[in-house]
Amino acid sequence: MSVLAEVTGSIGSIGYGLAAIGPGVGIGIIFGNGVQAIARQPEAYGVIRQNMILGFALTEALALIGFVVPFVFGA
Amino acid sequence: MSVVKLSGDSSCPVTPHLNSGCGFPAPNAEIFFLEPYTTLNVGGMEFVIGKTSILAALVAIIVATFFLAASRPRKMVPGKLQSLGEQAYLFVRDQIAREVIGKDGDRFVPFLGSLFFFVWISNLMGVIPGAQFPIMSSLAFPVSLTLMVYATYMYIGMKHQGPIKFFTSAMFPPGVPKAMYVLLAPLELLQLVVTRPVTQAIRLFANMFAGHLLLTTFTLAAYYLLSPSIIGVLGSVTSFGVTVVLTGFEMFIQGLQAFIFTLLTAVYIGGSLHAEH
Repeated sequence: MSVLAEVTGSIGSIGYGLAAIGPGVGIGIIFGNGVQAIARQPEAYGVIRQNMILGFALTEALALIGFVVPFVFGA
Repeated sequence: MSVVKLSGDSSCPVTPHLNSGCGFPAPNAEIFFLEPYTTLNVGGMEFVIGKTSILAALVAIIVATFFLAASRPRKMVPGKLQSLGEQAYLFVRDQIAREVIGKDGDRFVPFLGSLFFFVWISNLMGVIPGAQFPIMSSLAFPVSLTLMVYATYMYIGMKHQGPIKFFTSAMFPPGVPKAMYVLLAPLELLQLVVTRPVTQAIRLFANMFAGHLLLTTFTLAAYYLLSPSIIGVLGSVTSFGVTVVLTGFEMFIQGLQAFIFTLLTAVYIGGSLHAEH
Protein backbone atom coordinates (compact mmCIF):
# COMPACT_ATOMS: atom_id res chain seq x y z
CA MET A 1 0.00 0.00 0.00
CA SER A 2 1.45 3.35 -0.93
CA VAL A 3 1.50 6.28 1.42
CA LEU A 4 -1.10 8.84 0.41
CA ALA A 5 -0.38 11.59 2.89
CA GLU A 6 2.25 12.06 5.54
CA VAL A 7 3.00 14.54 8.27
CA THR A 8 6.68 15.13 8.92
CA GLY A 9 8.55 17.47 11.14
CA SER A 10 7.76 18.30 14.71
CA ILE A 11 4.68 16.21 15.40
CA GLY A 12 5.16 16.92 19.09
CA SER A 13 4.16 20.53 18.54
CA ILE A 14 0.97 19.43 16.80
CA GLY A 15 0.32 17.06 19.69
CA TYR A 16 0.71 19.82 22.23
CA GLY A 17 -1.52 22.13 20.22
CA LEU A 18 -4.27 19.53 20.13
CA ALA A 19 -3.79 18.77 23.80
CA ALA A 20 -4.19 22.41 24.77
CA ILE A 21 -7.68 22.79 23.34
CA GLY A 22 -9.52 20.91 26.08
CA PRO A 23 -7.80 22.43 29.10
CA GLY A 24 -8.13 25.88 27.52
CA VAL A 25 -11.90 25.53 27.36
CA GLY A 26 -11.98 23.89 30.78
CA ILE A 27 -9.99 26.59 32.56
CA GLY A 28 -12.14 29.26 30.93
CA ILE A 29 -15.26 27.57 32.25
CA ILE A 30 -13.78 27.21 35.73
CA PHE A 31 -12.75 30.80 36.12
CA GLY A 32 -15.83 32.17 34.37
CA ASN A 33 -18.13 30.36 36.74
CA GLY A 34 -15.91 31.29 39.65
CA VAL A 35 -16.15 34.99 38.84
CA GLN A 36 -19.92 34.68 38.49
CA ALA A 37 -20.14 32.94 41.85
CA ILE A 38 -18.08 35.68 43.50
CA ALA A 39 -20.36 38.29 41.95
CA ARG A 40 -23.40 36.56 43.35
CA GLN A 41 -22.03 36.08 46.85
CA PRO A 42 -18.95 38.18 47.56
CA GLU A 43 -18.61 36.98 51.16
CA ALA A 44 -17.86 33.45 49.98
CA TYR A 45 -14.73 34.65 48.19
CA GLY A 46 -12.33 32.46 50.18
CA VAL A 47 -14.14 29.20 49.55
CA ILE A 48 -14.69 29.98 45.90
CA ARG A 49 -11.06 30.91 45.35
CA GLN A 50 -9.93 27.67 46.98
CA ASN A 51 -12.06 25.56 44.68
CA MET A 52 -11.12 27.62 41.63
CA ILE A 53 -7.43 27.05 42.26
CA LEU A 54 -7.97 23.34 42.83
CA GLY A 55 -9.93 22.97 39.60
CA PHE A 56 -7.36 25.03 37.71
CA ALA A 57 -4.45 22.86 38.78
CA LEU A 58 -6.24 19.63 37.97
CA THR A 59 -7.14 20.85 34.48
CA GLU A 60 -3.75 22.41 33.81
CA ALA A 61 -2.13 19.04 34.46
CA LEU A 62 -3.55 17.66 31.25
CA ALA A 63 -2.18 20.46 29.11
CA LEU A 64 1.22 20.10 30.71
CA ILE A 65 1.27 16.36 30.21
CA GLY A 66 0.68 17.13 26.53
CA PHE A 67 3.65 19.48 26.62
CA VAL A 68 5.97 17.00 28.27
CA VAL A 69 5.14 13.78 26.38
CA PRO A 70 6.93 14.75 23.12
CA PHE A 71 10.11 15.32 25.07
CA VAL A 72 9.83 12.08 26.99
CA PHE A 73 8.94 9.85 24.07
CA GLY A 74 10.37 11.86 21.22
CA ALA A 75 13.68 11.87 19.46
CA MET B 1 38.06 32.96 22.92
CA SER B 2 36.92 29.84 24.71
CA VAL B 3 33.89 27.99 23.47
CA VAL B 4 30.90 28.52 25.74
CA LYS B 5 28.98 25.28 25.68
CA LEU B 6 25.34 26.19 25.99
CA SER B 7 22.95 23.61 27.25
CA GLY B 8 21.53 20.99 24.98
CA ASP B 9 23.73 21.42 21.96
CA SER B 10 26.97 19.51 21.83
CA SER B 11 27.33 19.45 18.06
CA CYS B 12 28.33 23.06 17.52
CA PRO B 13 32.11 23.60 17.41
CA VAL B 14 31.82 27.26 18.37
CA THR B 15 29.65 29.10 20.83
CA PRO B 16 26.15 29.06 19.36
CA HIS B 17 25.32 32.58 18.33
CA LEU B 18 23.28 34.31 15.70
CA ASN B 19 26.19 34.69 13.34
CA SER B 20 28.17 31.59 14.10
CA GLY B 21 26.46 29.27 11.67
CA CYS B 22 24.87 26.71 13.95
CA GLY B 23 21.14 26.91 14.48
CA PHE B 24 19.44 27.85 17.71
CA PRO B 25 20.35 25.21 20.31
CA ALA B 26 16.80 24.55 21.43
CA PRO B 27 16.85 22.84 24.81
CA ASN B 28 15.34 19.39 24.91
CA ALA B 29 15.12 16.75 27.59
CA GLU B 30 18.92 16.46 27.64
CA ILE B 31 19.29 19.48 29.93
CA PHE B 32 17.68 17.58 32.78
CA PHE B 33 20.39 14.93 32.87
CA LEU B 34 23.15 16.56 34.85
CA GLU B 35 26.73 15.34 35.05
CA PRO B 36 27.38 13.55 38.33
CA TYR B 37 30.12 14.82 40.57
CA THR B 38 31.05 11.41 41.88
CA THR B 39 29.64 7.91 42.11
CA LEU B 40 29.73 5.89 45.31
CA ASN B 41 29.62 2.14 45.15
CA VAL B 42 28.02 0.80 48.32
CA GLY B 43 27.47 -2.93 48.54
CA GLY B 44 27.06 -3.42 44.82
CA MET B 45 24.61 -0.52 44.35
CA GLU B 46 25.71 2.66 42.67
CA PHE B 47 24.82 5.97 44.26
CA VAL B 48 25.29 8.97 42.05
CA ILE B 49 26.18 12.17 43.89
CA GLY B 50 25.30 15.02 41.59
CA LYS B 51 23.66 18.41 41.74
CA THR B 52 20.21 16.88 42.18
CA SER B 53 21.05 14.79 45.23
CA ILE B 54 23.01 17.59 46.88
CA LEU B 55 20.15 20.03 46.29
CA ALA B 56 17.64 17.55 47.71
CA ALA B 57 19.71 17.10 50.84
CA LEU B 58 20.15 20.87 51.10
CA VAL B 59 16.40 21.47 50.86
CA ALA B 60 15.71 18.87 53.54
CA ILE B 61 18.30 20.45 55.82
CA ILE B 62 16.89 23.95 55.23
CA VAL B 63 13.30 22.95 56.00
CA ALA B 64 14.24 20.90 59.05
CA THR B 65 16.52 23.61 60.43
CA PHE B 66 13.90 26.31 59.98
CA PHE B 67 11.21 24.41 61.83
CA LEU B 68 13.54 23.22 64.57
CA ALA B 69 14.81 26.73 65.13
CA ALA B 70 11.30 28.20 65.07
CA SER B 71 9.94 25.75 67.60
CA ARG B 72 12.72 26.04 70.14
CA PRO B 73 11.76 29.30 71.93
CA ARG B 74 8.35 28.52 73.38
CA LYS B 75 7.24 31.95 74.43
CA MET B 76 3.63 32.87 74.96
CA VAL B 77 4.14 36.06 72.99
CA PRO B 78 6.23 34.79 70.09
CA GLY B 79 9.22 36.52 68.66
CA LYS B 80 9.77 36.87 64.92
CA LEU B 81 11.12 33.41 64.10
CA GLN B 82 8.63 31.57 66.27
CA SER B 83 5.81 33.65 64.82
CA LEU B 84 6.90 32.74 61.30
CA GLY B 85 7.02 29.06 62.17
CA GLU B 86 3.59 29.29 63.78
CA GLN B 87 2.14 30.97 60.71
CA ALA B 88 3.59 28.26 58.50
CA TYR B 89 2.14 25.51 60.69
CA LEU B 90 -1.24 27.20 60.98
CA PHE B 91 -1.41 27.71 57.23
CA VAL B 92 -1.12 23.97 56.65
CA ARG B 93 -3.44 23.14 59.53
CA ASP B 94 -6.23 25.59 58.76
CA GLN B 95 -6.18 25.90 54.99
CA ILE B 96 -5.34 22.33 54.11
CA ALA B 97 -6.01 19.84 56.88
CA ARG B 98 -9.07 21.31 58.58
CA GLU B 99 -10.73 22.47 55.35
CA VAL B 100 -10.54 19.02 53.83
CA ILE B 101 -10.36 16.40 56.55
CA GLY B 102 -11.95 18.25 59.44
CA LYS B 103 -10.89 18.39 63.05
CA ASP B 104 -9.40 14.91 63.17
CA GLY B 105 -6.98 15.85 60.44
CA ASP B 106 -4.78 17.51 63.04
CA ARG B 107 -2.59 14.42 63.42
CA PHE B 108 -1.72 14.55 59.72
CA VAL B 109 -0.48 18.13 59.79
CA PRO B 110 3.20 17.16 60.35
CA PHE B 111 3.07 14.89 57.30
CA LEU B 112 1.24 17.46 55.17
CA GLY B 113 3.43 20.29 56.34
CA SER B 114 6.60 18.38 55.56
CA LEU B 115 5.31 17.55 52.09
CA PHE B 116 4.25 21.14 51.40
CA PHE B 117 7.46 22.80 52.49
CA PHE B 118 9.74 20.20 50.95
CA VAL B 119 7.99 20.49 47.58
CA TRP B 120 7.81 24.29 47.74
CA ILE B 121 11.42 24.95 48.70
CA SER B 122 12.69 22.38 46.24
CA ASN B 123 10.65 24.06 43.51
CA LEU B 124 12.07 27.42 44.54
CA MET B 125 15.53 26.04 43.87
CA GLY B 126 14.60 26.34 40.21
CA VAL B 127 14.87 30.13 40.28
CA ILE B 128 17.53 30.70 42.94
CA PRO B 129 20.75 31.70 41.17
CA GLY B 130 23.53 29.18 41.50
CA ALA B 131 21.25 26.23 42.03
CA GLN B 132 18.88 26.77 39.13
CA PHE B 133 17.41 23.30 38.94
CA PRO B 134 13.98 22.40 40.30
CA ILE B 135 14.64 18.96 41.69
CA MET B 136 11.01 17.99 41.19
CA SER B 137 11.74 18.00 37.46
CA SER B 138 13.51 14.67 37.85
CA LEU B 139 10.74 12.11 37.75
CA ALA B 140 12.18 10.14 40.67
CA PHE B 141 11.38 12.79 43.26
CA PRO B 142 7.65 13.26 42.64
CA VAL B 143 7.30 9.51 42.25
CA SER B 144 8.90 8.81 45.61
CA LEU B 145 6.75 11.42 47.35
CA THR B 146 3.66 10.00 45.67
CA LEU B 147 4.56 6.48 46.77
CA MET B 148 4.61 7.74 50.36
CA VAL B 149 1.19 9.34 49.92
CA TYR B 150 -0.16 6.23 48.21
CA ALA B 151 1.03 3.94 50.96
CA THR B 152 -0.45 6.32 53.55
CA TYR B 153 -3.95 6.59 52.18
CA MET B 154 -4.15 2.93 51.23
CA TYR B 155 -3.06 1.84 54.68
CA ILE B 156 -5.35 4.27 56.47
CA GLY B 157 -8.30 3.32 54.29
CA MET B 158 -7.82 -0.37 54.81
CA LYS B 159 -7.24 -0.02 58.53
CA HIS B 160 -10.17 2.34 59.06
CA GLN B 161 -12.80 0.74 56.86
CA GLY B 162 -11.60 -2.81 56.46
CA PRO B 163 -9.70 -4.02 53.39
CA ILE B 164 -12.69 -5.12 51.33
CA LYS B 165 -15.07 -2.38 52.39
CA PHE B 166 -12.54 0.29 51.45
CA PHE B 167 -12.76 -0.69 47.80
CA THR B 168 -16.45 -1.58 47.66
CA SER B 169 -17.59 1.63 49.30
CA ALA B 170 -15.67 3.57 46.65
CA MET B 171 -16.74 1.38 43.76
CA PHE B 172 -20.43 1.21 44.68
CA PRO B 173 -21.45 4.57 46.10
CA PRO B 174 -25.05 4.71 47.28
CA GLY B 175 -27.69 6.70 45.44
CA VAL B 176 -26.69 5.60 41.95
CA PRO B 177 -29.09 3.69 39.63
CA LYS B 178 -28.13 0.03 39.56
CA ALA B 179 -27.30 -0.11 35.86
CA MET B 180 -24.61 2.56 36.23
CA TYR B 181 -22.55 0.34 38.49
CA VAL B 182 -21.28 -1.60 35.49
CA LEU B 183 -19.64 1.56 34.22
CA LEU B 184 -18.86 3.21 37.52
CA ALA B 185 -17.21 0.43 39.51
CA PRO B 186 -14.21 -0.31 37.23
CA LEU B 187 -13.60 3.40 36.73
CA GLU B 188 -13.66 4.08 40.45
CA LEU B 189 -11.33 1.18 41.12
CA LEU B 190 -8.95 2.43 38.43
CA GLN B 191 -9.18 5.91 39.91
CA LEU B 192 -8.36 4.67 43.39
CA VAL B 193 -5.47 2.41 42.49
CA VAL B 194 -3.89 3.89 39.36
CA THR B 195 -5.11 7.32 38.35
CA ARG B 196 -4.64 9.11 41.66
CA PRO B 197 -0.94 8.42 42.22
CA VAL B 198 -0.02 8.65 38.54
CA THR B 199 -1.65 12.00 37.95
CA GLN B 200 -0.37 13.40 41.22
CA ALA B 201 3.22 12.56 40.36
CA ILE B 202 3.00 13.56 36.72
CA ARG B 203 1.27 16.86 37.48
CA LEU B 204 4.13 18.00 39.70
CA PHE B 205 6.78 16.64 37.35
CA ALA B 206 5.26 18.12 34.20
CA ASN B 207 4.76 21.56 35.72
CA MET B 208 8.36 21.78 36.88
CA PHE B 209 9.72 20.25 33.67
CA ALA B 210 7.82 22.66 31.45
CA GLY B 211 8.67 25.68 33.56
CA HIS B 212 12.38 24.92 33.59
CA LEU B 213 12.35 24.25 29.85
CA LEU B 214 10.62 27.57 29.13
CA LEU B 215 13.01 29.56 31.29
CA THR B 216 16.00 27.87 29.68
CA THR B 217 14.68 28.55 26.17
CA PHE B 218 14.23 32.25 26.71
CA THR B 219 17.52 32.66 28.55
CA LEU B 220 19.33 30.90 25.72
CA ALA B 221 17.52 33.06 23.18
CA ALA B 222 18.58 36.21 24.99
CA TYR B 223 22.22 35.18 24.63
CA TYR B 224 21.86 33.72 21.16
CA LEU B 225 20.36 36.88 19.68
CA LEU B 226 22.81 39.26 21.33
CA SER B 227 24.42 41.06 18.41
CA PRO B 228 24.80 44.65 17.20
CA SER B 229 21.90 44.59 14.77
CA ILE B 230 18.24 45.52 14.90
CA ILE B 231 17.03 41.97 15.33
CA GLY B 232 19.81 41.39 17.82
CA VAL B 233 18.90 44.20 20.17
CA LEU B 234 15.15 43.79 19.78
CA GLY B 235 15.16 40.04 20.12
CA SER B 236 17.63 39.91 22.93
CA VAL B 237 15.97 42.57 25.07
CA THR B 238 12.54 41.05 24.49
CA SER B 239 13.80 37.60 25.39
CA PHE B 240 15.34 38.92 28.55
CA GLY B 241 12.15 40.72 29.49
CA VAL B 242 10.13 37.59 28.88
CA THR B 243 12.57 35.65 31.04
CA VAL B 244 11.99 38.05 33.92
CA VAL B 245 8.21 37.87 33.55
CA LEU B 246 8.28 34.09 33.23
CA THR B 247 10.39 33.81 36.36
CA GLY B 248 7.72 35.65 38.31
CA PHE B 249 5.01 33.45 36.84
CA GLU B 250 7.12 30.39 37.56
CA MET B 251 7.42 31.32 41.22
CA PHE B 252 3.63 31.51 41.44
CA ILE B 253 3.27 28.14 39.75
CA GLN B 254 5.84 26.59 42.09
CA GLY B 255 3.91 27.64 45.18
CA LEU B 256 0.64 26.59 43.56
CA GLN B 257 1.92 23.12 42.67
CA ALA B 258 3.21 22.57 46.18
CA PHE B 259 -0.19 23.62 47.54
CA ILE B 260 -2.07 21.39 45.10
CA PHE B 261 0.12 18.38 45.91
CA THR B 262 -0.54 18.79 49.61
CA LEU B 263 -4.24 19.54 49.12
CA LEU B 264 -4.73 16.40 47.07
CA THR B 265 -2.87 14.36 49.67
CA ALA B 266 -5.28 15.71 52.28
CA VAL B 267 -8.26 14.91 50.03
CA TYR B 268 -7.10 11.31 49.57
CA ILE B 269 -6.47 10.85 53.28
CA GLY B 270 -9.86 12.39 54.05
CA GLY B 271 -11.50 10.06 51.57
CA SER B 272 -9.89 7.12 53.33
CA LEU B 273 -10.89 8.25 56.79
CA HIS B 274 -14.50 9.10 56.05
CA ALA B 275 -16.16 6.61 53.74
CA GLU B 276 -17.94 8.15 50.79
CA HIS B 277 -21.45 8.82 51.90
